[in-house]
Amino acid sequence: MPEALDRGFNHRLSSEITPRQAYLDRRQWLQATATAGLGAALAPTWGQTGASPSGGKLAALKGGRSAVPGGLTMDKPTAYADVISYNNFYEFGTDKADPAKNAHSLKPRPWTVAIEGEVKKPQTLDLDQLLKLAPMEERVYRLRCVEGWSMVIPWVGWSLAELIKRVEPTGNAKYVQFVTLNDAKQMPGVNSRVLDWPYVEGLRLDEAMHPLTLLAFGLYGEVLPNQNGAPLRLVVPWKYGFKSGKSIVKIRFVEKQPKTSWESAAASEYGFYSNVNPNVDHPRWSQATERRIGEDGLFAKKRPTLMFNGYENQVGQLYTGLDLKKFY
Amino acid sequence: MNKLLLHPLAKPTLWLLCLAPLAWLLVGAVANRLGANPAEALIRSTGDWVLRGLCLTLAVTPLRQASGWHALARFRRSLGLFTFFYGMLHFLCFAWLDMGFDLQAILKDIPKRPFILVGTAALLLMAPLAATSFNSAIKALGAKRWQALHRTVYAVAGLGLLHFFWMRAGKNDFGEWSVYAAIVALLLGWRVWRARGRGAAGVGTPRSSPARL
Repeated sequence: MPEALDRGFNHRLSSEITPRQAYLDRRQWLQATATAGLGAALAPTWGQTGASPSGGKLAALKGGRSAVPGGLTMDKPTAYADVISYNNFYEFGTDKADPAKNAHSLKPRPWTVAIEGEVKKPQTLDLDQLLKLAPMEERVYRLRCVEGWSMVIPWVGWSLAELIKRVEPTGNAKYVQFVTLNDAKQMPGVNSRVLDWPYVEGLRLDEAMHPLTLLAFGLYGEVLPNQNGAPLRLVVPWKYGFKSGKSIVKIRFVEKQPKTSWESAAASEYGFYSNVNPNVDHPRWSQATERRIGEDGLFAKKRPTLMFNGYENQVGQLYTGLDLKKFY
Repeated sequence: MNKLLLHPLAKPTLWLLCLAPLAWLLVGAVANRLGANPAEALIRSTGDWVLRGLCLTLAVTPLRQASGWHALARFRRSLGLFTFFYGMLHFLCFAWLDMGFDLQAILKDIPKRPFILVGTAALLLMAPLAATSFNSAIKALGAKRWQALHRTVYAVAGLGLLHFFWMRAGKNDFGEWSVYAAIVALLLGWRVWRARGRGAAGVGTPRSSPARL
């Protein structure tokens, strides 16, 4: 049987269905806001709940409900505890428990991001300017790691396109490069030679302009925890997770396709595009299936990976005519 | 020390110690204390214990000869068998938790991932050693042939290290690997050094001693 298009209503497990109490709570909230005359906006999944998932350690950052197609998957979000404890952020160590242990040394404030290269308005923006640049939205995205596991994360941020439009790329701007902070004082992992630092990633300009491409400042209704890429990171939900650079300090518009850190380390294994694709295996393992963290039971079979991580309807047209086996 | 090692409770104690990691992992799995990805934690931990078991097994003879605690020899078989046991668990975890017992996927995966091929080879090489570990097998084979067969453990150690090296190569992270490699190198190096010393003593003594006289 061909895999049915996932519109969020295919629940392989009964656990994927919203628990009764959760939807009753949502209804109660809706009714409460409706009676208070605020019922025009629908309730975002996490933005309006009172409790702080970090236990008050992180500042609240609420986002309005996103209208971007594909912006709110119905998949059950991964538990907050798993989202903040199972991370690949090599600047803090290569074990997935390392970032949560070591990222306390990162100082997300003050923070600036330099916008450079082929733009009419190059500028350096500080975090407060960035936070106010566009209205915050909540986006619930699937995240598929190239290693074969996945999560569902409610991010808070705005489409990168908002920033790109404001800095006015020149006709020469064909690609966008993202540079992560490289500071040995804050990041113990950059003393190792796992990768060439700083960590650099890139997108084609049209990929960067796609409304699903998110500049995220928070998750679960709060600012980003350090280990998840505070204070701001990229989220490109249809590409493997490593394409989404964390703790970004520089966004550069360039004419030629920029070389990424993982291409420099192993070009045959990690291409520039790195779109999630169950039909193109990593040279050393299959990409046909994935383990959804915290949800697929220990003995459950892994779930099939979806083309473009389930965002084919939204982004498929970006790659018309491109040989995805060659441009992996 | 020899007396302590010969105590009737010495072997049961060893077994309990060898089963402790498994018990710890099972409790962790049931109590959901193995982190965000318990399947991965189980696969990796059982693999770690195979390497540790190999190091312990290979340490018995050097330790016995260096210390004179000859009663240690009684533990070598148990340690070797537990190493094989953790190797089987490691493969079971891979086949079950990672591959969902999908035989076709497993057969496709073994050659696809060289490190899995090497790990599988190491496990297959351990099987005949486990199968010939009991006394009557030693008798049936004859001590010489049995010993020659059981030298395969050196190949198993090498393949095990290569398996772990390739697994970590994806992240260029060889810190932990270096510790295991150094221990195995020390234990095998000690054997080479001793074998050479014995050989040199046998050949060299008659020639050199008259010269000195």
